[in-house]
Amino acid sequence: MCSLALFPPPLPSGQTTLCESNNELLSGTSTEDRPKQVRFTAAVITTLCVFCRTAFLDHSETLWMRSAAAWRDGGLTGLLTEITNSHTEVPKWLSVSSGCTLALLRWISSFHGSLFPHLTLSSEDMIAEFSQVLNWSDCVVRAFSWHPHTDKFAVALLDDSIKIYNPKSATTPTLKHRLQRSVAAVQWKPLCASALAVACQNCLLVWHVDPCSLSTRPSSGCAQVLSHPGHSPVTSIAWSPSGSLLVSASPVDTAVMVWDVAAESCVPLQRLGGGGVTFLSWSPDGSHVLASTPSTLFRVWETRMWTCERWPCVKGRCQSGCWSPDGSRLLFTVQGETVIYALTFTDAPGSRLYSVFIHASGDELIMLDLSASVGGEIQSLSWDPRGERLAVLLKGDPQAVDRPAIIAVFKTRTNPIFELLPCGFVQGEPGAEPRLMQFHPNFQHGALLTVCWSTGRITHVPFYFLSTGVPHFGLSGSPLLPRLQERPSAFANQSLFTELIS
Amino acid sequence: MFSTEQSCWFVRKVICWRAAASIAWAVLLLPPITAVFIILSRFSFLHPIHTISECLSLLTSASAIFSFILLCGVILMVGFLNLEYYTVIPTIACSKIALLGQLLHPRQFVSSVVHCIMGIIVAWCCAITIGGRYETLGYPCIQSDGSPQMCLNEYQLILLLAGAFVGFSHSLLGVIHNMNYVSFHTVQQYKYLRFKGSLPLVVKCSAIQALYSIRNYIVVYFFLGYIPRAWICKTLNLHLTSSAHPLDSIAGLLDLSLFYHLWISATFLLFTWYITLLLFRIFVTEVYSFPVQSSFTEDAHQCLPKVLLTDKQPMILKFLALQDLALLSQHSPSRRCEVFSLSQPGGHPHNWNAISGECLSLLADLTQRLVAYHDTVATNGRAKSLSTGSERKTSSETSVTSGTEDLMSPRPTLLMKTPASVFARSIVGGPQSPLTAPFTPDLDSPFASPALRRLTAPVEQCSPWHGTVQSPHIMRRAPKLWSTSTDSQVNGSFPPSPASVPSPKQEASKPSLLAQFLQNRKEQVKNFLAKRVLIMYLFNKLPEASSQALFADSQAHIWALEGLSYLVQASFSEDHFGVVQTALPSILSCMLVLQEAVDRHFKLPHASSKPVRSTSSIGDSTYKTLRFALRATLKTAIYRITTTFGDHLNAVQMSAEHRKRLQQFLEYKE
Repeated sequence: MCSLALFPPPLPSGQTTLCESNNELLSGTSTEDRPKQVRFTAAVITTLCVFCRTAFLDHSETLWMRSAAAWRDGGLTGLLTEITNSHTEVPKWLSVSSGCTLALLRWISSFHGSLFPHLTLSSEDMIAEFSQVLNWSDCVVRAFSWHPHTDKFAVALLDDSIKIYNPKSATTPTLKHRLQRSVAAVQWKPLCASALAVACQNCLLVWHVDPCSLSTRPSSGCAQVLSHPGHSPVTSIAWSPSGSLLVSASPVDTAVMVWDVAAESCVPLQRLGGGGVTFLSWSPDGSHVLASTPSTLFRVWETRMWTCERWPCVKGRCQSGCWSPDGSRLLFTVQGETVIYALTFTDAPGSRLYSVFIHASGDELIMLDLSASVGGEIQSLSWDPRGERLAVLLKGDPQAVDRPAIIAVFKTRTNPIFELLPCGFVQGEPGAEPRLMQFHPNFQHGALLTVCWSTGRITHVPFYFLSTGVPHFGLSGSPLLPRLQERPSAFANQSLFTELIS
Repeated sequence: MFSTEQSCWFVRKVICWRAAASIAWAVLLLPPITAVFIILSRFSFLHPIHTISECLSLLTSASAIFSFILLCGVILMVGFLNLEYYTVIPTIACSKIALLGQLLHPRQFVSSVVHCIMGIIVAWCCAITIGGRYETLGYPCIQSDGSPQMCLNEYQLILLLAGAFVGFSHSLLGVIHNMNYVSFHTVQQYKYLRFKGSLPLVVKCSAIQALYSIRNYIVVYFFLGYIPRAWICKTLNLHLTSSAHPLDSIAGLLDLSLFYHLWISATFLLFTWYITLLLFRIFVTEVYSFPVQSSFTEDAHQCLPKVLLTDKQPMILKFLALQDLALLSQHSPSRRCEVFSLSQPGGHPHNWNAISGECLSLLADLTQRLVAYHDTVATNGRAKSLSTGSERKTSSETSVTSGTEDLMSPRPTLLMKTPASVFARSIVGGPQSPLTAPFTPDLDSPFASPALRRLTAPVEQCSPWHGTVQSPHIMRRAPKLWSTSTDSQVNGSFPPSPASVPSPKQEASKPSLLAQFLQNRKEQVKNFLAKRVLIMYLFNKLPEASSQALFADSQAHIWALEGLSYLVQASFSEDHFGVVQTALPSILSCMLVLQEAVDRHFKLPHASSKPVRSTSSIGDSTYKTLRFALRATLKTAIYRITTTFGDHLNAVQMSAEHRKRLQQFLEYKE
């Protein structure tokens, strides 16, 4: 078990991480410092950088109008939430009593035994608590998603609008909908050019944005509204890799909803315990779904017959998780701990059944300590689609000045044995804090990490390397050395973790 | 009622056993449900312990056991009716009159009567178990003149009639909401978990439905209650007491306890029936794994390719086979391997040929149906634009008879536009024919499905451009006389020369005088009828119903698309003999043609409007959204193939139009 101390030291203030090339992370003070060959290949990518400080939502509607809308959208709980939230405009007794009633209603509705403390949170706080975004509530970019097949992405902003950027088209469609509030997650449907699922406060929206359309404001008729009573706020969504199903989770609902989007029907997968579902992640091969709960428990669903395995954690709830590209390995982090756990699902030949490990025996859990001078608790994990780079967003320590939030990147290898090597830290401009990150799903020259910063800037950090698994057909214009991936001897004794073949 | 001798092996060996198992479970669940019902119906807050002891003693009494046996009989009957009346393709009434016809069908009438009787039986059992004032139908009383005689206990009568009413309305609603329709879930779950998951819905539905039924029943009883009461009194020689006020008065019906007992009895009745129905659905739609190939010849007819090919079998067999195909293509590499394998002597890919051929013919069938439907709409417009007589009359006449167009929505603009565009396209298509000719499905090759042949044959015979057209756009342009009678023309003796085209046109253009007179008469009658409100109401098309009816069996097409696309995707790495490659052009063209037809269909009014979702009904409304599911699956299926093969698809022979279309998919612009 090793620590972040083995990493190269973080950059001095003012330096920005630009890219990885020739096996090291390059940095500079501005984009002008970028090496020429890097700028050449990254040209397409850097044009996508955007500033997203747009106008905030102004409260021009009257309380009465908002209450009526809340009643229409969210029923009694929606109305009560609206009254509670607008405590400046209503008499104190009304807001207090509606808040109490709301809390009572939530407690009653969650009749599953024990009282879970997260149910007393308002829905905004709940999204902020369970979101994969660091400090969701004041974050300009609230959600981000690359299209799984083409170079376009969707960005959800603080004013509840979603913008779609496509380098090949001049128009940037802006999606707005009456029900699109407090967007917690967005995701493009695989094997489809147009469908974008949005997790909102009261419902799920599935937008159908015609890629050939020149309209900048698709009408709300292009959006399908999927809602189920008691299933709000939605904090996490995941499409199946085959594009046929969509799962959604809400911290107040113990059921995971499996949606057949075209038919607008859903199947609730109800399991007692946990008090809700906060985070979902579908394995890239489509065979498993990770579902974490607000309590010290997470489940791994098998998607053939939709049965699940319970995995109790010791200390806190499962905060984040990601799957290896072949779906055989799950990395996850636990709130309150600074380690990454790995869970291996072995394949029986011919079928996707896995041998069940003895729970909590500790042997199969591989631990990786990140409690070094930088870092802190882990907010989210992201693994690039080839399984060669693992990005870890560390929360840092809000009290300590010298421990800001930072992204640590590891080199990983899954075959023949699971290995983690240090790669470096990704840092932004001074004062900018990483909030959200995602790898590009099909970057040709390695991996491309997209980071959304607290300043509202979205940057793309390319990692140029030759993949070990994929055969190479001459990469024209690539500046890389042919034997780049060969591990330098300097790193050989620095290996953070190497799995032993057992 | 089917006879087991004539039915196929599958019904005998699988469906019957599944139905029997579901009925057995329903019977096993009856005791706990009854116990809950007894406790709920007799509970009093003042004496809780007393109630429980009373209930316990009641449960072991002889009358309870007798009524329990009766209830078991009812469940058996309900289960049998489920088995007898279930369908995997819903019947969708396109107008009010069609719905009325369904309701008055003799088969439906039998079902209603049986449900009525069963309702009375269940209500009688309820009356026995609730006890108290509901216990007997007659009781000794003393008339005003002092003589003892038997009087009618109206409380039991109202309960029995409520049972009959709820049973009757259940069977009527079953027709309206297509409750006998069995849908297949996209999410596979174990039976117990599915049952557990839908149990709250069943409780909610039965309680709500019982509430509505009892409300309606009370209104009916208030107005018409004296008729059955007098009849019962007369037949059973009972008397009405003058002391007790009759129940069909406002004061009599404003009895909360009576209302509660009626409601809880109706809930109990509906709940047991819904549970039986739910269990039946769960058991029948369970995945059945067919062997892909069998080493024994006597089992050969049970293999997946054979099962898919035969048409004479019940639809459920075909559906389960297609479901199994979709699942095996997605999840099981070993069974996929069997599909791609070659036959041992001879080396023919029989399995793949049979499976792909059947899937393609299903899809081509749907394409043809959609094109024909679109044709009918287009015919209406063309007849209108070309007709010399009164245009308004013609349009109303054709829409009533053909039943495809809304009576009140003439769309001349849309329809006038089509001939020009088609003409332009055909000019473009003309010179290109030498280039595109290689793609045309080889009708003699073993890989072309019979349906594909059917689809392309008339076009080739009719069109002056030999074999260049597969698109429905151009098919539609063929003279109407042929496209309406496609099947007869397949074997027709027209020489494939353009010279023969004009002659039928001339024949069609001068109908006989008598026919014209009859036509005018008919139009006058229709016109007269169309002005009457009731007739209008009955014959008026329900919006989007024709679209629903068109896609009623689309679950099969969805599975066919999924199965084909997953198999093609897997063939990229698993197909060692290249058996899939030979069929790839036909699969792609079939999907693209279907895609075009579906796109055109969704441009029609009402086709893309979403149905209202009703959550408080046990009836499955999946069929209402099947067309959306089909559209999404079709697009995903094409994308699945294009993302798997990528630029390799450029090597596949294909017409220019399809290549253009496919390029859109390769660039993610669809």
